[in-house]
Amino acid sequence: MNIFERISRLDRRWIYLILAAVVVITVMLKYETPIRISPEVRSVYDFVEAQPPGSYIHMAIDYDPGSLAEMHPMTYAIMEQALCRKLKIIMTALSPNGPGMAEQAMLDIMDSVKMHCGREVVYGKDIVFLGYKPYPGIVILSMGQNYRLSFPSDYYNTPLDSIDMMKGIANYGDVNGIILITGTSGVDYWISYANGRYNAPLAVGLTGVMAADYYPYLRSGQIFGLMGGMLGAAEYEKLVKRPGRAMEAMRVQVWTHIVIILFIIIGNIGYLISRRKGEVK
Amino acid sequence: MNMKPIVWVVAMLLLAAGAWAQEEAVTDTTTMTLPAPPTNLRVFDIPHDHGHGVIVEWTLSPDDGTGKNDVVGYRVYRADSPGGPFELRQTIPMGVDSTSDWGVKESDSPDYYPNNKDFYYKVAAYNDGGETDSDVFGPVQAKGQLFNPGKWPVLVAVVLFTIFMLYFIFRAKRGAELYIRPLAGIEAVDEAIGRATEMGKPILYILGLGTAADIATIASFTILGRVAKKVAEYQTSLIVPCYDPIVMTIAQETVKTGYYNAGRPDAYNEDSVYFLTNQQFAYVGGVNGIMLREHPATNLYLGKFYAESLILAETGAVAGSIQISGTDEVTQIPFFVVACDYTLIGEELYAASAYLGREPVLLGTLKAQDYGKAIVILCIILGTVAAILNWSWFVDLFHVGQ
Amino acid sequence: MKKEIPLLIVFVSGLFMAVQFFVPHSTSEKIYEFVMEWTIIIGIFALALGIWSLIRVSVNRIRRRTPNWQYSIVILAGMFGMVIFGLSFLGGVRSYMFRHFFDYVMIPLHATMFSLLAFFIASAAFRAFRARTALATVLLLSALILMLRFNPYLGPLGDQDAALAAWILNVPNLAAKRAIIIGIGLGIVATALKVILGIERGYMGSD
Repeated sequence: MNIFERISRLDRRWIYLILAAVVVITVMLKYETPIRISPEVRSVYDFVEAQPPGSYIHMAIDYDPGSLAEMHPMTYAIMEQALCRKLKIIMTALSPNGPGMAEQAMLDIMDSVKMHCGREVVYGKDIVFLGYKPYPGIVILSMGQNYRLSFPSDYYNTPLDSIDMMKGIANYGDVNGIILITGTSGVDYWISYANGRYNAPLAVGLTGVMAADYYPYLRSGQIFGLMGGMLGAAEYEKLVKRPGRAMEAMRVQVWTHIVIILFIIIGNIGYLISRRKGEVK
Repeated sequence: MNMKPIVWVVAMLLLAAGAWAQEEAVTDTTTMTLPAPPTNLRVFDIPHDHGHGVIVEWTLSPDDGTGKNDVVGYRVYRADSPGGPFELRQTIPMGVDSTSDWGVKESDSPDYYPNNKDFYYKVAAYNDGGETDSDVFGPVQAKGQLFNPGKWPVLVAVVLFTIFMLYFIFRAKRGAELYIRPLAGIEAVDEAIGRATEMGKPILYILGLGTAADIATIASFTILGRVAKKVAEYQTSLIVPCYDPIVMTIAQETVKTGYYNAGRPDAYNEDSVYFLTNQQFAYVGGVNGIMLREHPATNLYLGKFYAESLILAETGAVAGSIQISGTDEVTQIPFFVVACDYTLIGEELYAASAYLGREPVLLGTLKAQDYGKAIVILCIILGTVAAILNWSWFVDLFHVGQ
Repeated sequence: MKKEIPLLIVFVSGLFMAVQFFVPHSTSEKIYEFVMEWTIIIGIFALALGIWSLIRVSVNRIRRRTPNWQYSIVILAGMFGMVIFGLSFLGGVRSYMFRHFFDYVMIPLHATMFSLLAFFIASAAFRAFRARTALATVLLLSALILMLRFNPYLGPLGDQDAALAAWILNVPNLAAKRAIIIGIGLGIVATALKVILGIERGYMGSD
């Protein structure tokens, strides 16, 4: 049995071990992976850049801790950019396990903005977190009429009317756009209700698996931007010139893909050799 | 010469000139900048909805976008009577000539918009100098409709399909031979149960992460019933960890009935069907642990699955189990195809009950589905031709409103 | 009557929900919302049943000292621990212990389980992408093209690969997905009609 045939019959634990080694090595090596910026990610960046200071955007952080690795980099990059530009952010988290994680992310980002932009972000003046309510479809629909219908108070039980930045803000018509980061099928509700019914400009950040299914909405204009998975997050980090977890992860992803491809090719060579030997016999 | 009077007169003249200039300026502000009003105000009930809202349309003020007396925006007012008092409902930016004014249906909410009540509307064009009103329009009432005509295509499709189904059920009951192609995955279920019995190892049945309302889970219950009956006959053990508590209660009944139908109600172990957790990855962790500890001979994944599908299937492969899967989640089907021995793709899972029981009524519904698909294929071909020939009327036939 | 009453309830409620889809009137909406609210309430009571089932199974395993009974202690400790930490008089879900266990145990565990997918995809791909038949070869080549589109080291070939990958995703892949979805849609309608008409009774625990 030659080397190719051996590899084609390799115990899967060797594959896991080699993959783990590749991941560890690429994490330790610090270099920037070249990344091409796609137009759909640039649209989201340009949207945030175009907003004048003091304008409002809605960040919908609708994902669970399981998707954190792919989604957090997008959330961090966008919110840091927005807060550094002095935009005001209304945050919701319509995923059952999401609110605690979203709150933690908000606090981290507020600290990070202070460090990178020298700006003190004040809760209630620059950012407000409304929290979670069940039945995402009904909540999304009702926010189009008035935020207070589903969220009479914020995550900390402060009535919305007594929060500075929510005075005079009623519904989607008062925010310049919605950026949704999600790994669930709740994106369909946002597209149907927030954009379809209320014409709110909508951009989405999705997991890699889901992103491919939502390009038709991008082409039809129902969403103005689309960030897909880790690559989308890395592209955004490159645009905001703040390399973070996504760009590090792209380094890992590229090399693990190369290793998997090599395994597949070698495995097939081994398989074809074995098959040929069998035919010759 | 005494200059005092001259200075006094000059000062008074200057003051008078200043006051006159200011008055002129004030006069300019008050008389020059009021915009012309919007015209042709029309208000009507929002069609095809539950009521509680109207659409307000108007023709833009001639001063909209002209520069002189330029309109900044429009204010929409509503009152209960033509004489008022009018309440401001919305402020609309310039250049926009319509809006919808609507509210909620809960009468105790401050945003309540009642149905079947007369309202009167007017729209005012405004700028820094003030506003000018249109004529009052009314009375107008918001009304809820009993039928949404935008959903005609769905109604027609459902009625047609129901007719097909009833026709084929009727034919099947009258003894017509209905051919259906064999499905490897379903035929493998019996073989898989036999394998588990020979090896003396349990069968692991995963109903997926769906609720009892999901069709995939309902289809899975039917297969579980038959598996439970076979398992009872062969005296093999069955493990059914559940993700949803309601699914658990139905699964317990299903398995118990399976044992009862096999004539072995005493052999039913109520600890074999239990609730694990309703957290996705915690459930996967738990099921993986069961696979690696219990080493089931057969794993059946039938229901609704999400990102955890490959984790389950690969761990099952590591444990050396024969695996049969079926799901209607399109994104997970490739993972199951790659990692499992047999996969039921999409509607093949729903067809399983007909395959396993071979009851004429159930076979009849399968035929109806096949004919339904034939009609869909025909519509796609016609639609392609229509798109090429620009027959938008044909495409509009299939448009479904909100 | 034991079977007829549930079948009647299913028929009436199924028919109502089907008709409700076409009737936008607020009365029909109110009934729909009422039904949805009751679904949550029933779900909460069913959750109590589920928790009881888990406790019973775990306690039985501990009592009988079945193999690996120690894991049952971990299940019970985790479940009761989080409930106690989350009690409102101890600070509720924002208490230090609850947040600590959520942030430093639950979130990392969830993320870790999800991350296992990377390794499993590698082993599954290695096993499955073999050029056994012509169709399998097409699958293999498509997989390679799609994986390479993320690779920045291909140079000018990268643009061509990206374009080919986009075509594969947007044309044959999307066509196959749509076909499966249409079949699933018809299957859902058929199964729902079978349930409403009482032909399909698997959910009742019997044929």
